[in-house]
Amino acid sequence: MRPVGIVGAAMTKFGRSETALVDLAALASLGALRDADLGEVPVDAIVVANMGAARLNRQTALASALVDRLCLYPAAAETVENGPASGASAVKVGVQAIASGMADVVLVTGVEKMRAVSNLEATDFVASLSHPDVEYIYGVTLPSLAGLFARLYMERYGVERRHLAMIAVKNHANAMKNPFAHIHQPITIEGILTAPEAVVNNPPIASPLHLFDCCPVSDGAASLVLAAGEIAERLGRPFVRVAGIGQATDTHAVHERSDPVDLVAVRRASERAFSMAGLTPGDVDVAELHDAFTILELAESEAAGFFPPGEAGPAVERGETSLTGRLPINPSGGLKAKGHPVGATGVAQLVELVWQLRGEAGERQVRDGGIGFACNFGGFGNNVVATVLRREDR
Amino acid sequence: MGHASDLEALLRPPAREMPLYPPKVITLASGEPMVVRQATREEVPILLEAIAPLLWVERDYYDIVSARLFSELLAYRRYRVRDEYVLVGLIDGVLAGIVNGREVDPKTGMSYHTVTIRRGLRVGSHLFAAKMEYHIEYLGEDEVLIVAESPIGFRRWMIEYPLEKRYDVQHELGGVPSWVLSRETYFAAKPRLVAGRRPVPDPLLRSAETIRLPGEEAVRRQVLGEKGEAPAAVPPAKRPRAKRGGGR
Repeated sequence: MRPVGIVGAAMTKFGRSETALVDLAALASLGALRDADLGEVPVDAIVVANMGAARLNRQTALASALVDRLCLYPAAAETVENGPASGASAVKVGVQAIASGMADVVLVTGVEKMRAVSNLEATDFVASLSHPDVEYIYGVTLPSLAGLFARLYMERYGVERRHLAMIAVKNHANAMKNPFAHIHQPITIEGILTAPEAVVNNPPIASPLHLFDCCPVSDGAASLVLAAGEIAERLGRPFVRVAGIGQATDTHAVHERSDPVDLVAVRRASERAFSMAGLTPGDVDVAELHDAFTILELAESEAAGFFPPGEAGPAVERGETSLTGRLPINPSGGLKAKGHPVGATGVAQLVELVWQLRGEAGERQVRDGGIGFACNFGGFGNNVVATVLRREDR
Repeated sequence: MGHASDLEALLRPPAREMPLYPPKVITLASGEPMVVRQATREEVPILLEAIAPLLWVERDYYDIVSARLFSELLAYRRYRVRDEYVLVGLIDGVLAGIVNGREVDPKTGMSYHTVTIRRGLRVGSHLFAAKMEYHIEYLGEDEVLIVAESPIGFRRWMIEYPLEKRYDVQHELGGVPSWVLSRETYFAAKPRLVAGRRPVPDPLLRSAETIRLPGEEAVRRQVLGEKGEAPAAVPPAKRPRAKRGGGR
């Protein structure tokens, strides 16, 4: 396989955007292309990650629209929809195109505009990824699945609400240092957990999960320029290599899993990514995990192999996952505070890792490191893409 | 002068003695203490200055809610609405939100508006709850008539409490028919929606004696920017600037 490098990375500020969907995608794409500074090297293909434009924005064929907006004809163009894992899936498609020799340079852009509809409609839209016959028709939503998952996980491993609150506080603090984050609002354990007023400040959403355990509904776009290793080297600047990508699936309905809190797809996708990279979880310097709910950061960090089962909570408590900890997790603020425009999330996770590995993350820069890991969690853990990035001088 | 005063007496509604709302302090999700207290007529000019930048903000219906509150604050200042009151939330003396309403009769309250300047911390929910607390627990009313003019308000009041329909009554704001918060509903919702501690410690109370503004740009950023990119609004040059007047 040809090696693949990431030579350009950019994203828009996540939040609520008045910019049209394709324009939003174009803004992130132009940023990534500017960052890549390709010169005369053409873009061979565009892959757009998106989950809901047909329903939320009444627009389809986004990749064709983006090619046109960027005047990148005759580049090949296609849109990838894989639920909340659309972003990393699109990157995987781009990597495959280059690795196979079908393309030399691929632009991958994730975009979503969820604030075009009400919160109720957005929640229903996301819930449509659940099993139509045994989950969705009974009113299951992603927060309710996460609540059930959290209840069992907490009981099994002794996780307490304070552990989840610590993750929320950490990720909000990280987002304060990220100008692209949706939420710029510091929170405290006192304010969301221990003060008498916390019951009002942080109401239950799907017990035991509360408001500050849940990610916001966001608009946003993120973009990467992938290039064949020899082209990346020819550009003459330090770049980040896609060292490994792994994907795995699990049963659609959560209750059909032999153990509902065993994130098998996360574990297998991570193992495949690490195997492809020739690395282990212990080699990772910084990670972006899919914390649509705080409990997922905890559970994914264990399933990916960073902590033994039941140990992530105490590790959070010891500050091991903070910006200055042993393994900083979600320095961007994560989905929890950076925001979660579903189709853009997987790409944005890798944008953050690229910036971290290039030492360009500003105030939220973690210690000098060369290996980054991302987990893009599709469905409710039934379609997961894990990616390992490596700074090329390592 | 005497003639003018006589005329003013005809224009000014008779006032009822209303008990003051005792200040309280609420710890927000950010850990910051917010003091909630009654605002005086003399403080109205600075409140007008705070909401003036919001009169042209369409997002989340800030324009209509701010414009209506602007006129109600003026009416309070100039004695043109009977038995009106205004409560403010202050974080380190800086204005975080305003709510108002009036007493219709000893058994009935009329909720007017809630404007949140510091967003993302449920300041609006806390202040709305404070005004319900004032109506039910301090004015001793049996019920409060309420309408929402934005989807956010509808979620916060009608759904979260939840309120009951009182469609046979026209709310004073003139739009949709009323919903109502009864004494029974209030006390049922109180444990999960009404927060705050009394008495307010002296240093905190002193910090809330003088209302300070976050600044026009900060107001716009807090209302728009922190929730995402700011859309273009009417340029400042096209907007009339509120003048600060009166004592504080």
